[in-house]
Amino acid sequence: MSDDSVDWIARAGARAKGKRPNTLHDFNAERTLSIVMALAAEVAVVKERLDTVERLLDEKGTISRADIDAWQATGEAAYERALMTKEYVARIMRGMQQEMEAMQAAPERPMSELSAELRDS
Amino acid sequence: MKQDVPPPYTAVARHAVFPTPTHDEAARYNFLTALNKYLSGSIGAGNKIAYDTRVLPAFQAEHGRDPRDRFEIRDAMNQDPWHRYWSALKRNSMEMRQQNGRSITLRQLDELSAKVRQFNEGRDTLQLDPDLPLPHYMNAADIHCMPGSYHGEERPGDMSAGANYDSGLFATTGGGLGALSDGGGQALVEWIRKERPDWKPRRILDLGCTVGHNIVPLALAFPEAEVIAIDTAAAVLRYAHARAQALGARNITFIQMNAEDMSRFPDGHFDWVQTTMYLHELSGKALPRIIRESERVLAPGGLMFHLEQPQYSDDMPLYEQFIRDWDAFNNNEPYWSAMHALDLKQVMEEAGLPRDRQFTARVLAVVDRSIFPQAAEGAEEDHGRAAAWNAYGAWKPEA
Repeated sequence: MSDDSVDWIARAGARAKGKRPNTLHDFNAERTLSIVMALAAEVAVVKERLDTVERLLDEKGTISRADIDAWQATGEAAYERALMTKEYVARIMRGMQQEMEAMQAAPERPMSELSAELRDS
Repeated sequence: MKQDVPPPYTAVARHAVFPTPTHDEAARYNFLTALNKYLSGSIGAGNKIAYDTRVLPAFQAEHGRDPRDRFEIRDAMNQDPWHRYWSALKRNSMEMRQQNGRSITLRQLDELSAKVRQFNEGRDTLQLDPDLPLPHYMNAADIHCMPGSYHGEERPGDMSAGANYDSGLFATTGGGLGALSDGGGQALVEWIRKERPDWKPRRILDLGCTVGHNIVPLALAFPEAEVIAIDTAAAVLRYAHARAQALGARNITFIQMNAEDMSRFPDGHFDWVQTTMYLHELSGKALPRIIRESERVLAPGGLMFHLEQPQYSDDMPLYEQFIRDWDAFNNNEPYWSAMHALDLKQVMEEAGLPRDRQFTARVLAVVDRSIFPQAAEGAEEDHGRAAAWNAYGAWKPEA
């Protein structure tokens, strides 16, 4: 490494100057969410890579790493992959989406109350 | 039914100094694009639902009145668990975009630097001023959570801040700015061609040009014009110059200069003074100073044109003002909130541009619609990033 080389892995994750909002009011929740979201991104990356491998195998029967890195989704393949990622995001965000629906629903009683009510009605 | 999905990151046009992504780095941007689209489009409405169904009723019950301003709404919304989690997700997506862009850029820094140097070395169209002080407002926080902001250098002579910025615009706007992320600049060209079809500005000045993505289309549309693009950050200017050269825009001179003091240029020097998504990154004192200085260097009959997200007028509901303010407090845009509350018309009037010469216009990004999406507006809009702007402009009176 030359004298002016940059440790790109360390520097890629540099902190931006400016106090970070403590949105969740909980240090542990904030840190865990950051890890979960980073992992969620990596699963999406693996899914895309596997999709590339499958498409190349369909097309050529045998592939190299260079083939994978050179391949670009266009046209229908681009649409299918974007759809795959959209569906994936919707799946991991299910909790948020259902909580959003819950806010719009009529007030709901605990299941124990319903259970007692149905027992006697 | 065809679903609404963003184009793949690989649809980005790779000009000669663009940081080349690997398969997986592109996939990471694809995830972030899909995530941003989901957070603003699919569930962004959840914030309003939380406000309408519980935050506002609780506020009214406690105070016996409606919120008076967007700050009261923010304080109340920041107590709501759904909004808090949404904000935390969005903040993470911004941070992840920075890490991916920096990772792509910094791992190929030597190759990129060599390419940029080839376009820059010995060229008088790139003029840096190492003695120029960094304005205090550029040093308050790293804008948009970009580590090092526009001016940070990983080593002397670095341009990675520009390369990282260019690499990620596509992901944060979901492709809304087009293949070269220049849909704003293309929109300027389309606008002026409709407005003044035969006008040929002789000199154009772009303030806060960053990587030059918004000025290159104008320079290419007016090849005989002398174009000056200024910024206070050398790191983005080095990249911007190489990028412009690579795209064939050789009539732009990039100068490191603070727009508060453009004494290098005589009065009435430019036919067009332009800013694009720039005014919100200044400060309360710098903005009017810059508008005044811009008016001074503008020729009689010339055009001053600012593209920005919409200003908060009295007609804009307070909730919308609050949600448009998200970036101010959560994405390191500390002047965003105050700037959007300014009466820009008054600022321009005080700088010498009379109201009857002023105008506003709605401007949408111009991109290849066969591949790239039209920016969502309204309920599904990604506030702060939507590739649709309000233009605040004025034609300076003839002498």
